[in-house]
Amino acid sequence: MKKEFICIVCPRGCHVTVDEQGVITGNECKRGIKYVETEMNAPTRMLTTTVRTVYPEIPRVSVKTDQPIPKGLIYEAMDIINQVVIDKPMKIGEIVVKNILGTESNIVLTKSCLK
Amino acid sequence: MTRDIIVVGGGASGLAAAIAAKEEGRDVLLIEKEDTLGGILNQCIHNGFGLDVFKEEYTGPEYADKYIQRFYENKIDHMTGATVTSVEKTDVGFEIVVASTKAGIYKMSTKAIVMSTGCYERTRGSIIIPGDRPKGVITAGSAQRYLNINGYMVGKSVFILGSGDIGLIMARRMHLEGANVLGVAELMPYSNGLTRNIVQCLNDFDIPLFLSHTITRVNADKEGRLESIVLQEVDESFQPIEGTEKVFEVDTLLLSIGLIPDITLFDSLEVETDPKTRSVKVNQAYETSVSGIFICGNSLQVHDLVDNASKESERAGKCASDYVTEERTKTNKTLHIIPGNNLLFVTPQKISFDWESKPIVLSFRSNKKVEKALLIITQNGKEIVRKKLFFVVPAEMESLVLDINSLDKTGDVRVDLEVVL
Repeated sequence: MKKEFICIVCPRGCHVTVDEQGVITGNECKRGIKYVETEMNAPTRMLTTTVRTVYPEIPRVSVKTDQPIPKGLIYEAMDIINQVVIDKPMKIGEIVVKNILGTESNIVLTKSCLK
Repeated sequence: MTRDIIVVGGGASGLAAAIAAKEEGRDVLLIEKEDTLGGILNQCIHNGFGLDVFKEEYTGPEYADKYIQRFYENKIDHMTGATVTSVEKTDVGFEIVVASTKAGIYKMSTKAIVMSTGCYERTRGSIIIPGDRPKGVITAGSAQRYLNINGYMVGKSVFILGSGDIGLIMARRMHLEGANVLGVAELMPYSNGLTRNIVQCLNDFDIPLFLSHTITRVNADKEGRLESIVLQEVDESFQPIEGTEKVFEVDTLLLSIGLIPDITLFDSLEVETDPKTRSVKVNQAYETSVSGIFICGNSLQVHDLVDNASKESERAGKCASDYVTEERTKTNKTLHIIPGNNLLFVTPQKISFDWESKPIVLSFRSNKKVEKALLIITQNGKEIVRKKLFFVVPAEMESLVLDINSLDKTGDVRVDLEVVL
């Protein structure tokens, strides 16, 4: 069956088609092929959210997965991240949850939390 | 003491402009009204920033951090928690009034100004929704700030009016934080957001997008809180179709209905404005009709990608630097750029031969979705540029560099986007 995807690797948003023979067309660059293959077989997503801190001046600090995680694990990952409380000064890029749900992706700060 | 350049606003645009001007050797002061640098990027915790500038995908705070680090390395003077309240022309340049929480109110003198004041959200007052005036109707950007910076949810069951990027991103964000996001309504038959946001913010979580729909009524409960909204389909002339009403019980209505460049600091100056961009007119050096005042970023035109705002502002910062250091021979030769068929706007609006060495980077948006298009630029009946474009949509700003040597010194430059069938 012919399948249509909108590639979201870059802002261009290529409309990529996969035909019955698995031939991929419509992608402007190689990343489009990889994107469609992943979307068909094992879709992953970057997750961005925030974690609590003990500092009233900075009640929340933003975090992300340092690698995309399986799309199906997003809700479970949110539950774990929502348990995290930052109680010491930490820098951008530092890990707050290691190897979340065994995905090999870490939850890292995307903003420094320096009092 | 007279500064070379004062940059107003310390978001993505102001940081890039200030760095560029400082690296050219100018004496620069940046003034930011918030207590921290980075502007709106600080609350845009989602990723997708920097693919163009850094060839890597960053979140908003990470993208801001890259520029803030470079800003500090350049040891650029700056004030935070300080607001510029007025600008006046003087013999040496400009006098500005600054209101600072730490230092009070005082005046400053500068040779040039870069306005990088960003944009603000359209509120309920700018569209007409009949019904009550309940609590719980809030702009998407405000809700984003409350959630991502202050750490609290504005509601539990949410509907979103307008499919701009902030609305889409907030749909996902509120959904992931446990809110019930019932849908997004868009008046137009297409979304105003980037396609990747439609895919990853709505489709991924089965949040419905109601195209050609609008909210025709908001209802309050006895305590004056939002209780329900009425969604209705519209016809081609955007009139609600009778009998299509659907009621949604929600405690929050987020508005993502457009952004308007903030140009309030021009109020005391005589400046040429452009009703199409809702900002001021500029030439290819990002200089406004008030010589010595430059403008860039979202205060010039609302960008969909921060990378474009940064690059534009870097060019503007360099031009402001040139303005301070170089004697400019006034040729008074100016061409007007006229946005023609199928275009919402084109910037710059003018080409000045006083700035002959500066590249002319045209930015424009189409007024509808065009799968195959031809961009045609003409002057004095002569075709200067003919370029094929694919998948042109209003949500994505396009750009093109125009060679000044290809232009005559008189005659309007017309830009048309022709649909190829």
